Amino acid sequence: MSIVFVLIPLSLALVVLAGWGFFWAVSAGQFDDLESPGWDALRDDDEHR
Amino acid sequence: MNAVAAVDVCFHCGEPLRGSTLLARVDRQEQPVCCSGCQAVAELISGTGLGDYYRYRDTTSTRPRSDDLTADKWRVYADPELAGQFTQATNGQTTATLLIEGLRCSACSWLIDQVLRQHAGIIDVSVNAATGRANVCWNDEQLDLSHVMRTIAQLGYVPHPVTDETVSRALRDERRDGLKRLAVAGFGMMQVMMFAVAVYSAELAHEIMEPAILSYFRIVSLLVATPVMFYAGAPILLSAWNSLRIRSVGMDAPVGIALVLAYAASVWNTLTNSGGEVYFDSVTMFIFFLTLGRFVQMSVRQRTAGVTDALARQLPSVAHRACDGSIEDVPVTSLRIGDVIQVRRGEVLPADGQLHDDEAELDEAMLTGESLPVRRRLGHRVVAGTINVGGPINITVTALGAETALSHIVTLMQRAQAHKPALARNADAAAAKFLRYVLLGAGLTCAIWLAIDPSRAFAATLAVLVVACPCAFAIAMPAALAAATASLGRQGILLTEADALEALARVDHIVFDKTGTLTQGELRVSRCVPLDRIDETRCLQIAASLERASEHPLARAFARHDGAGAVEELATFAGQGIQGRIDDRVYRIGSPQFVAELHSQKHEPPVAFNGSVILLGDEQRALAWFELTDSVRPAAAEVVRDLQSLGIEPLILSGDGYTAVTTVAQQVGITDATARCSAKEKLARLLSLQQQGKRVAVVGDGVNDAPVLAAGNVSIAMGRGAALAHASAGLVLVNDNLAALPEAVKLARRTLRIARQNLLWAAIYNFGSLPLAAFGLIPPWLAALGMSLSSVAVVLNSTRLLPGVPRNRSEQSRATPQRRLSETTA
Repeated sequence: MSIVFVLIPLSLALVVLAGWGFFWAVSAGQFDDLESPGWDALRDDDEHR
Repeated sequence: MNAVAAVDVCFHCGEPLRGSTLLARVDRQEQPVCCSGCQAVAELISGTGLGDYYRYRDTTSTRPRSDDLTADKWRVYADPELAGQFTQATNGQTTATLLIEGLRCSACSWLIDQVLRQHAGIIDVSVNAATGRANVCWNDEQLDLSHVMRTIAQLGYVPHPVTDETVSRALRDERRDGLKRLAVAGFGMMQVMMFAVAVYSAELAHEIMEPAILSYFRIVSLLVATPVMFYAGAPILLSAWNSLRIRSVGMDAPVGIALVLAYAASVWNTLTNSGGEVYFDSVTMFIFFLTLGRFVQMSVRQRTAGVTDALARQLPSVAHRACDGSIEDVPVTSLRIGDVIQVRRGEVLPADGQLHDDEAELDEAMLTGESLPVRRRLGHRVVAGTINVGGPINITVTALGAETALSHIVTLMQRAQAHKPALARNADAAAAKFLRYVLLGAGLTCAIWLAIDPSRAFAATLAVLVVACPCAFAIAMPAALAAATASLGRQGILLTEADALEALARVDHIVFDKTGTLTQGELRVSRCVPLDRIDETRCLQIAASLERASEHPLARAFARHDGAGAVEELATFAGQGIQGRIDDRVYRIGSPQFVAELHSQKHEPPVAFNGSVILLGDEQRALAWFELTDSVRPAAAEVVRDLQSLGIEPLILSGDGYTAVTTVAQQVGITDATARCSAKEKLARLLSLQQQGKRVAVVGDGVNDAPVLAAGNVSIAMGRGAALAHASAGLVLVNDNLAALPEAVKLARRTLRIARQNLLWAAIYNFGSLPLAAFGLIPPWLAALGMSLSSVAVVLNSTRLLPGVPRNRSEQSRATPQRRLSETTA
């Protein structure tokens, strides 16, 4: 069972990493508008027309 | 869906065609449109290869105002001094934030994005459909602000420069902050729960966990729970602390006390390794659910623009100042009291002032609700926000900015909001009572256990506090509200205040402001009576040509009709009418006396007319009578019947004239109608109703309605109404769909019923488990399980409010990309 003494800190490190990533994404404005970016896909389509 | 609708309504704006034969060519197909404005916009959109917009949009577009499309009112923004107020420039690049009126769905934001990007010199564009704002960055050498604004205006939207960026930035930061706290609470809760489940399952299986691992789990839980407690839980703890400090017990107070006690006890038990219970799982789960509830409510509240933006939309940013005999364009912010400014026809007065000219005609609909323009004379006071519909006038500025009558309305509204009979106060009172019981219970438990078995006293006391503040109780209302909000959104109703839904469910009176709520809020030619066998279409064409030059509200009624050709020698007579020459014949249109002067004959209307009556004539005779009325919304009568069947008494309080109000009242079947009401009188009537114990809903759309809206138990604003009205309303009918109103009432009542069930269930769980906890019979794993199950029950019950079957629209939008794909591959 002593493996948990290694694995749990590892999982905590991953959580911190994920949390840091999420904070970065929020600060970079990734969550400011959840609707409009969905329409960006249409833009590429039109350029090939 | 579109194919059916295209038969009798405009392809672009969705309004009835009313005999228009105009066609717009969109993606190689002829589509009917209602006016030249819609035609221009539709062909522009299609011409730039963006006709797909029409396939993807959720709602119809706004009908463009002709002056936005043609007259170059955007040129003033080319002035660097003026533009500098709204833009930030850094080495050759300029960025600006624009508030875009008419931006309703993601397709709109896509369209604006695409069209702007096709312009040379645009560096970056981001259009946010949720906030209705566009951030544009461009190259100074190739473009300026006026180009950007004109481009947006040509698509049929109205851009407004955002003067106060700080408000929107504060809203954005609030949202980001909430998201981060939610993420920390969520991550933390999952981690802690993982360890807790391991410990509980060992207990359940009567296994003995290794003490080293057990204390290791506890220390890790402590590490994870600490940021959850002090970062994610900070707003809750702070609010609890504030309410305790001023000795008024708020909703957060019992929650805060329980959190602090549970956390402190857990930390103590972990560090001393005394073998006492830890409650990190309860703490983190509790904080997560509370944060989630708060986040949902915040996002809903943020969807409406703030009051500052509303004001920015109302007043122009440029004034024409008379200076040493010449006129110069200056930003409104540089005006001083005593300056003489010129206001041209069709412009909005930027400041309060005194009239210099003999006569002026002003459209004060925004302030008084009066749909026809009023006349002001030399020396009269004129107010900012009104529209000059007569000839150009000069005024001396007497009040600016915060001193203007318009700003006073805003202050009045804010005051009314502060005095609102808030339901939150009842909730706080209930919470205070609740806390007293909980504290009493906890104190008793502690005292009794100290007498019997002091070693178990702390654990039992804590169990009482934890069990007495469970998640189910905290999320009973928010969960029901969130589900109801989603459901309302589907029906085109925006809920801006959590209280509004509860108030709407209890309403027994509903007050309509006639203009723009029961009616379309726009004059139209309802009848044309030609005299002497003259062709009706010809008369309408002549009238439309003459009126095209005018900004008068009566003239706008003709905007949707085709003209007869070029008009020469056009002259406008303030308050009387218009004269012009078409094909070498002189025509006059306007009041009967004015037209009669041209051929010196008197005329009486041949039939009884409702609404405003105007006459068209030439030098020999009268040609035709026109009746202009503000037509009643098609759904209005049915809505009134539905409301009455729900036990709600509808009444009209309008600033409009007596005949107009009674006509509308009869058509929709409302018996209690009052005409010529000032905002003050409306407010007085409303308060007297409330004093009789009635609960009143107010439906309005004008700026003048804002104080009345704020005073109603619940207020509903029309989506196309003034932005200021939105700011003071609890509900906004986004698509002006009046028929959604009875549905909203039904849903509100259902929501309240479900919220009550939730609260009842939570109460049964709480008060049932409280004595058990006090007797020390509830082990922590059972408390946690019960807490989770009771929350799940509440959430599941609330989902019954969610809309069931998705509407056709979403099916259609799912189908379309596949079709597009097959086109491309073929």
